[in-house]
Amino acid sequence: MKPPPFDYFAPQTLEEVLQLLEQYGDDAKVLAGGQSLIPTMNFRLAQPAVLIDLNGIRELADIQESDEEITVGAMTRQRMLEKSVIIREKTPLIFETIPHIAHVQIRNRGTVGGNLAHADPASELPAVMVTLNATFKLQSLKSERWVSASDFFQGMYMTALQPEEILTEVRIPVQAVTGLYGFEEVARRHGDYALAGVSVLVHLDENQNCEDVRITYFSVGEAPVPAHNAVQFLTGQPLEDEIISEAAELAANNDIDPHDDIHASAKYRRHLAKILTIRALQKAKNRNKPN
Amino acid sequence: MAISISVTVNGKTYNHEVEPRMLLVHYLRDVLRLTGTHVGCDTSGCGACTVVVNGRAVKSCTMLAAQADGAEITTIEGLASNGDLHPLQEGFREEHGLQCGFCTPGMIMTAWQILQDNPNPSEEEIRHGLEGNLCRCTGYQNIVKAIQYAAKKIG
Ligand SMILES: Cc1cc2nc3c(=O)[nH]c(=O)nc-3n(C[C@H](O)[C@H](O)[C@H](O)COP(=O)(O)OP(=O)(O)OC[C@H]3O[C@@H](n4cnc5c(N)ncnc54)[C@H](O)[C@@H]3O)c2cc1C
Ligand code: FES
Ligand code: FES
Repeated sequence: MKPPPFDYFAPQTLEEVLQLLEQYGDDAKVLAGGQSLIPTMNFRLAQPAVLIDLNGIRELADIQESDEEITVGAMTRQRMLEKSVIIREKTPLIFETIPHIAHVQIRNRGTVGGNLAHADPASELPAVMVTLNATFKLQSLKSERWVSASDFFQGMYMTALQPEEILTEVRIPVQAVTGLYGFEEVARRHGDYALAGVSVLVHLDENQNCEDVRITYFSVGEAPVPAHNAVQFLTGQPLEDEIISEAAELAANNDIDPHDDIHASAKYRRHLAKILTIRALQKAKNRNKPN
Repeated sequence: MAISISVTVNGKTYNHEVEPRMLLVHYLRDVLRLTGTHVGCDTSGCGACTVVVNGRAVKSCTMLAAQADGAEITTIEGLASNGDLHPLQEGFREEHGLQCGFCTPGMIMTAWQILQDNPNPSEEEIRHGLEGNLCRCTGYQNIVKAIQYAAKKIG
């Protein structure tokens, strides 16, 4: 047997899940797609005494749209997101991101909520959610609260989740899905975690100047990293080649603080961040069809 | 703690009591003795353990046997019918899609999914579809050809 022994519960309602979490707290872990949790248990790096399986909670596995927002349940498989017409049409930034997350077998099991709750700094979706200004619903037996994506991610594998809470739902505001967008990453093999990557979303004003810009990096810090300096610089400026290059330079030098690790040096990551920012902003620019 | 499960594998239903920590791949190999499904990495990385669960290719090393309760599973042993090889199996033989054979069951079950989603995949789509499966021998070229062979034969 690979993982250490644990007790296993497969509740059928959210209420039961929250009750079990209240009861077991820190001793328990919830099991979503298992694509990050089971490997760590197989290595015995994680040894939860109790596993609470979320796979029976059907209500957490759907995608809906309204006039104001798109709602994605935490147990929505990454593959469902990839195949969803709502996602393709309404949040093309997410649609473009999904194929970069691992590979098909993993996306068949891996969930949106599991990916976000796992909070791997090299993971694509957390950065994209920050870019989209998404909010997350965190529920426990006793409370329910909404946290913005940028407040949710607190560090390497660290989130705002308390031991008795789970993430149940992600909301993406509709105004965030109408902008010009770009997504770029470099990974050693397609589907691997990225060495560095960026997602951008730009709204232009009537004079074709940037008015609302969001740029978020992944795999260059402990959590998704927003490009404050570059965004400030771009605001009010047209999306032109020289300005894009200058913004990318600024972001790579001043907004991120990458580390050396076995996959890449900090210097190389800075270089990647710059080039990827240029490419992503160019993509956004090329999507602009002024009338 | 023991969990009762009822699982249909290759058309046959089995009832067993399993420990929660038993991985699906170990259930298939050690309990059902279906040793065609291999274990390479135990971490969802290599694809050797790929099986089809309720119509989707998944890695059986990162699913618990307990989670397969009520599921329909197809393994490599379930592809041939009445002694005739499945076109994918035939393709791997005809196109030399294997050398040591360790990755082959996982490759074939993944290829099954590729053709299920898209009966006429391009070479690029086949290669992308195989991203989750590692082969240390063939260099992939003949695996791609084997899948093209099967696509043609089925198509
Ligand atoms: C070979 C390989 C390559 C990969 N490549 C990438 C990649 O390129 N990019 C990428 O982003 N990811 C990648 N992944 C990770 C993959 O996307 C995982 O599916 C994901 O990180 C975890 O999702 P899951 O549903 O499998 O969660 P699980 O593994 O089940 O859970 C992960 C963690 O989150 C907790 N959790 C799960 N759901 C909730 C919830 N609703 N509320 C609170 N806590 C919860 C669990 O308790 C656990 O601690 C890769 C994984 C593998 C094995
Ligand atoms: S053994 Fe399951 S993916 Fe390698
Ligand atoms: S044939 Fe040997 S690993 Fe693929």
